[in-house]
Amino acid sequence: MTAEIGHFSLILALVLSIFQGTIPLAGAALNRKQWVDVASPAARGQFLFVTIAFLCLIYAFLTSDFSVANVAQNSHTLKPILYKFAGVWGNHEGSMVLWVFILALFGLAVAEFGNGLPPTLHARVLAIQGLIGFAFLAFILFTSNPFLRLDPSPIEGNGLNPVLQDPGLAFHPPFLYLGYVGFSIAFSFAVAALIEGRVDPAWARWIRPWTLAAWCALTVGIALGSWWAYYELGWGGWWFWDPVENASFIPWLVGTALLHSSIVVEKRDALKSWTILLAILTFSMSLFGTFLVRSGILTSVHTFASDPERGVFILGLLVFVVGGSLTLYAIRAPMLKGGGLFAPISREGALVLNNLLLTTGAAVVLLGTLYPLILDAVGGGKISVGPPFFNATFVPLMVPVMLAPVVGAMLHWKRGDIGSVLGRLRIALSIALIGIVATGYFAENIKDLLAAGGIGIGVWLIFGSTVEISERISLFRGTFSNSLRRFARLPRSQWGMAIAHGALGIMVLGITASSAWRVENIQLMAPGDIASVSGYSLKFDGTKKIIGPNYQGERGTFIITKDGKKIGTLNPEKRRYPSANSETTEAGILTTISGDLYAVLGDERKNSAQGGSSWTARIYFNPLVAWIWIGAIFMAAGGIISLTDRRHRIGPPKTARSLNKNNSKISIV
Amino acid sequence: MTRQKRRMNFIFLGVIVLGIAAALVLNALEDKIVFFYSPTDIATKNGVEKSQKIRVGGLVKKGTWKKPTAGLDHNFTVTDLRHEISILYKGIVPDIFREGQGVVVLGQFQPDGKFRAEEVLAKHDEKYMPPEVAEALKNSGKWKPLEETK
Repeated sequence: MTAEIGHFSLILALVLSIFQGTIPLAGAALNRKQWVDVASPAARGQFLFVTIAFLCLIYAFLTSDFSVANVAQNSHTLKPILYKFAGVWGNHEGSMVLWVFILALFGLAVAEFGNGLPPTLHARVLAIQGLIGFAFLAFILFTSNPFLRLDPSPIEGNGLNPVLQDPGLAFHPPFLYLGYVGFSIAFSFAVAALIEGRVDPAWARWIRPWTLAAWCALTVGIALGSWWAYYELGWGGWWFWDPVENASFIPWLVGTALLHSSIVVEKRDALKSWTILLAILTFSMSLFGTFLVRSGILTSVHTFASDPERGVFILGLLVFVVGGSLTLYAIRAPMLKGGGLFAPISREGALVLNNLLLTTGAAVVLLGTLYPLILDAVGGGKISVGPPFFNATFVPLMVPVMLAPVVGAMLHWKRGDIGSVLGRLRIALSIALIGIVATGYFAENIKDLLAAGGIGIGVWLIFGSTVEISERISLFRGTFSNSLRRFARLPRSQWGMAIAHGALGIMVLGITASSAWRVENIQLMAPGDIASVSGYSLKFDGTKKIIGPNYQGERGTFIITKDGKKIGTLNPEKRRYPSANSETTEAGILTTISGDLYAVLGDERKNSAQGGSSWTARIYFNPLVAWIWIGAIFMAAGGIISLTDRRHRIGPPKTARSLNKNNSKISIV
Repeated sequence: MTRQKRRMNFIFLGVIVLGIAAALVLNALEDKIVFFYSPTDIATKNGVEKSQKIRVGGLVKKGTWKKPTAGLDHNFTVTDLRHEISILYKGIVPDIFREGQGVVVLGQFQPDGKFRAEEVLAKHDEKYMPPEVAEALKNSGKWKPLEETK
């Protein structure tokens, strides 16, 4: 019964989305208030019905209702409750329901919090959201219905792919989708503004919080995914430039550019047309990511089903959304008059540079992701484009992106003086140089020298952001109480920016150290054997049988000592899931601030002579690797802090002029 | 500064950035990508670059691999059921690695003509067949539905 209720709710949501997507648009064009007023109630109704459908699906999974085909294929009675729940979106159909649920949630948020918007813009934004909702609901109902029944229903389900049964991954898709779908708001605002033919600083102030929220969620989503890959796949790596990883990274890059360019629209009334284009591109890349992952043209753990019909549907949707919005853009964008002028060396100039490099970087990643597919399609042979390609192309492009933020944030709007900014940053500059020299001194090869540069960049970002904040609060200049007062008064968005830029530095340090100085040690170990890596000794203490809720396996014990002192144990596992007939490897990890000790059990060698078994073991020392995710958390935290800035919450939109006045007051001192 | 001038600056900068990116990409496409070959491609010298890193895929031939009792050296043969190639690998093979399984190895021919693998990939799912392997088998005319090959 619940499955039918869910199915029916989806149909109602689809019908409602047709109204939401058309009537307000017509109303805004024809100036009919009643029609415009349809938008908000429709968005609320949309949310209600999609929520009912989503809850019904959750219910079917939690109660293991195997008469529902989707549950039978993807769940199992023995699965722990968390994974029954996470299993809802651990498959194609369910993940699409999660997608529309989040879309409807954002629609509701716009309906509820968008009261300050001009009524026609508000209605148009909701209408565009309605159209996107329509497309995805139609996709679900016609190609991926999660509520299909099975008759007769099986007694037991097939289970979820064991590598997906993991707490890190349970929340990876929801965050990723919050990001992807969150960018739909920026997209809807962009398209609505194109229809209205008006983009002003107020518009930028409205889209910024949505973009920021989506960006934070996507940052967390990607970080969770890479963290999962790190501890679950057992290769000790955290990013593989796998097409599905790239599919989430491309929207993140373009979204980051959008985040920065919308500041220029807000503060300076410039770069409008470019920002609109970025808003369209960001969501297009999110859709494209969905297409890549869901269409089955790539093979990976993410590709749940390769049904060509679905691929064609999403491709059609992609062509319609991207083509339609870009056509609209081509027609309407020339109307958008640019505002404030600026010199190349200015804060705007720095943000333009950031934007150009980030979008070019995204284009390079896109090219590297698609090139093998295209080459194969035209019969040019099968190739794989892996880390060496991206290290040689994407990484160099990102070097200026990493160097610029601190300088850019301290440049004045309109016309800046780079010499004076570098002078003010001399402390950070010297510390960064010390970092480079100190690490470069021990360099044994080119790789070490490049890594020294990476360390310098990370240190530069961290200390540069610190200098920037301490300058804004006049630390060490004037009285301490004055600094405290300024500290308290500093706008949250300033804090957010400095924290996010500093966090980027933390991440760069983690990425550099863990890529350049990772130590790997593979060996055959009998109980009692000792392996040493990076000054740590790991004594293998044999394995024990373990029995989990839906698996059996072996758990090994490694006792870690450093300088004769015990500092912890590692318990890597090998699990066998009979219901899915597959095995997984659980890495044993000890995280310290200087790096992770990471052990994986390979295969068992029966060793009759000693009466026990030897195991092949892979042991890594990954220096500073945790800093990558610490950096990601701080980056997202910076975004959230910026989101709580008063400017985004209350009061009538300030004019650009009054904002400028505030700015100059801060930066003169 | 006029609007046109600013736009020109913008475009100029964009062209420079794109130029650098294009140079990087073209350079990387020269030597940073890895081609995939089936054993038949290699046997028939179908444009295989012996000095480069390549990927080879096929089935692990029955009777050519045994779990080593000591050490980490693996020897096995990868076949597309028409031609085969013997592989040396030092390390830990994936959990699911076994005879008859579809695998993809990444590595390079050594001067002595042996293929030394750096990476052995087999997915965590015994029903899974790497798409390249499936195609290599199809091309060699030996493709059979999955159930029969087991």
